[in-house]
Amino acid sequence: MPDFLRGVVLIAAKDLRIEWRTRTAFVSALAFAVLVLAVIFFSRDPTLVSANAIAPGALWVTFAFATMLGMHRAFGVERDRHALDGLLLSPVPREAIFWGKWLGNLLFVAGIELIGLPVAFLFYDLPGWSRLPLVAVVVLLATVAFVAVGTLVGAMTARTRHGELLLVLLLLPFLFPPAVAGVQITARLLEGRPLSEVAGWLKLIAAFDIVFLALASLLFPATLDE
Amino acid sequence: MMTVERANRLARVGQVITMVALAGLVGVYVRALEYTPVERMQGLAQKIFYLHVPAAWATFLAFGIAGFLSVLYLWLKDRRIDLVAEASAEVGVALSIILLTTGPIWGKPIWGTWWTWDARLTSTLFLFLLFVGYLLLRGAVTDPVQRARFSAVIGVMGLALIPFIHMTVYLFRTLHPDPIILKPSAPSLPGAMLVTLLASFGVFTLLYAGLVTQRYALGALRELRLEREAHAAG
Repeated sequence: MPDFLRGVVLIAAKDLRIEWRTRTAFVSALAFAVLVLAVIFFSRDPTLVSANAIAPGALWVTFAFATMLGMHRAFGVERDRHALDGLLLSPVPREAIFWGKWLGNLLFVAGIELIGLPVAFLFYDLPGWSRLPLVAVVVLLATVAFVAVGTLVGAMTARTRHGELLLVLLLLPFLFPPAVAGVQITARLLEGRPLSEVAGWLKLIAAFDIVFLALASLLFPATLDE
Repeated sequence: MMTVERANRLARVGQVITMVALAGLVGVYVRALEYTPVERMQGLAQKIFYLHVPAAWATFLAFGIAGFLSVLYLWLKDRRIDLVAEASAEVGVALSIILLTTGPIWGKPIWGTWWTWDARLTSTLFLFLLFVGYLLLRGAVTDPVQRARFSAVIGVMGLALIPFIHMTVYLFRTLHPDPIILKPSAPSLPGAMLVTLLASFGVFTLLYAGLVTQRYALGALRELRLEREAHAAG
């Protein structure tokens, strides 16, 4: 395996191993996701709005918030006892640090989404179970770039005063395009409409992925101290 | 780096420019109310247009320059670039408050609603919130070099985000009036109104320049004081 890829995998594996041993962030993000789903279910007038109608929005708000819970963790663990210095001194390129952190974060978030998605279908009693794999693909597509932005911003806010607060404030605007697109696509898919109807939204997500994966990886070295 | 005398002189220059701009603003309003015809459909409500549209121009100029300087900083790593970007972002936040308050005042009588989630309104709101975040991030980082790098990263990312927000809401739906000056065909505004509007554009640009000059001088003075204190302590 080329050194670059090896570095990426090593860093992602290290992060996931740390998370696996404590499971604090994952379990809290998951419990949080279920809580949000429950609260949104009751935040409507059931005689006017059906659960089906708010399900796509509830799903995406839940994933968005749960993702942000995970983002702070990736660089939070590097702050303890200056672990980041050790990472910077290790013989892996800076770009590999970014992609490693990104991969670790992506798997973390994908894990939450993988469990959260069927749970949401179950809780909201959604009809389109056969569309579940397609929805999962859209969720993943919308997550890739958002996690990249989260990795970049998290790298900065982990070393900033009031970091948790700033992370949410700086990250939410970047969630807007993929989340809105995600809600629109999910809603159409659940109604059994054809994919061609959401082509515009799919293109928007694709463009967002390309632009922000590239930008976040390019800008990442600037967040590290010399 | 700059000396205290030069920074003070620059602050005074900025004050003079700001004063001239404020006087110009009074002039624009006298002209808009007394010497510019009343719009047939909207009546007097349209007068706010001479404040709203130039404020929009100055806001986007301010944030655009802050974003552009963020890119430039990451390339050249010059502290002065960071200070101008900071000044421009702060003035931009102030100007966007003018923009976001004059809009609804016009919107209520004309659209019948204070706010609507139209593409331009939403992008402006997000741009405003992004730069509020940018300024908060600046406040939370103590090391000046780290602060400059962090805020430059956010500046670049924010600049790239705005077209996406615009596209998102555009795909959702849109209501804002179409552009009447910067569009492919000739401007469709009567001559007298166009002159007032263009004068106001000039005034707001000048106001931006004056405020940024002052804010930059203040930023430079703050850096100088911190350096002096570090020198005395160290």
